[in-house]
Amino acid sequence: METFYLVGAMALVTFLIRYLLLPLSGRVELSDGLRRALRYVPPAVLTAIVVPFALFPDGQHLQFSLANPYLVGAGATFAIGWLSRHLLLTIVGGMACFWAWRAALAMGWI
Amino acid sequence: MATLSPSRRRSFYEGMRDTLPLIIGAIPFGIIFGTLSGGAGLSAAGALGMSLFVFAGSAQFVALGMLANSAAWPLIALTTLVVNFRHLLYTATLLPYLQRLPRRWQAALAFGLTDETFAVAVRRWQAPGTRPDDHWYQLGSMLFMYVNWNLCTIVGLVAGRLLAGIADWGLDFAMLAAFIGMLIPYLKDRPNYAAMLAAGASAIVFQGLPHKLGLLAASLIGVGAGLLAERWVSTTDDTPSPEA
Repeated sequence: METFYLVGAMALVTFLIRYLLLPLSGRVELSDGLRRALRYVPPAVLTAIVVPFALFPDGQHLQFSLANPYLVGAGATFAIGWLSRHLLLTIVGGMACFWAWRAALAMGWI
Repeated sequence: MATLSPSRRRSFYEGMRDTLPLIIGAIPFGIIFGTLSGGAGLSAAGALGMSLFVFAGSAQFVALGMLANSAAWPLIALTTLVVNFRHLLYTATLLPYLQRLPRRWQAALAFGLTDETFAVAVRRWQAPGTRPDDHWYQLGSMLFMYVNWNLCTIVGLVAGRLLAGIADWGLDFAMLAAFIGMLIPYLKDRPNYAAMLAAGASAIVFQGLPHKLGLLAASLIGVGAGLLAERWVSTTDDTPSPEA
């Protein structure tokens, strides 16, 4: 029963966030300033998700170290994206770098 | 629904095609969600229910973490609100394009407005030229993500019971790689760099805030930094292009 409430509440909250502005549109006009601000939403949000994920893999402790494969993998993924500008290459190459680094760490090579 | 016109079908497939790289990132992430759900105390039905009805990867993951710490469901719902609040901004961004669609299209596309589908669809909507069937493009993207996400959840539920060590394979890195990949289109001018730098730095500072409020704070600071930088460079040659 607890699970039922949990999934129901999460589903409702998520759908309302994604939907609620749509029926209001037409009645509310987005200001020019707001429109410009919205252009920076994707880069800001994505970075705000990515950076803590790489630096705090356990969610609590800052691990600014080469022994943190999430940080090294994220750096490599970013570099590939920067240089290639190719989405598929970035994702696949980034994952390959991450697992290679993890394996190297596990082997004690680094 | 009548038979699909060639233009609609093409838009639908193009939406799927352009989402494919992000699907590859979502596969390991969906599997690890299914895998870790049992250990966090969520039943298989609960995990699949989340993927079917919530359909929000990062929020589902945060929920697992909170369940493992035996958080109460209203608290998890509140955190979901904070974590997914960014999607309100996504809807606001797509508002000029979605507002002319019928209500049931709006509801369907809103349900599937994940980070990945937004990242792909916003570029299509904002591309120059008029195409009447871009909502079919977004539908193709979201259905591909949705079917994949649920299949991967099932695979993860099974794999978690069959393969002992799978939780330690680092499959969650795939989400990190996909999200970094989604940043590529924004690596282009100083206001975007300012937004990223400010959001990243603030996210580190606010990491310890409860209910993932740091994500919200860092996002808003990043947007503010982008606007400030835009004003600052608007007199130079580096004027940002109108499309995001």
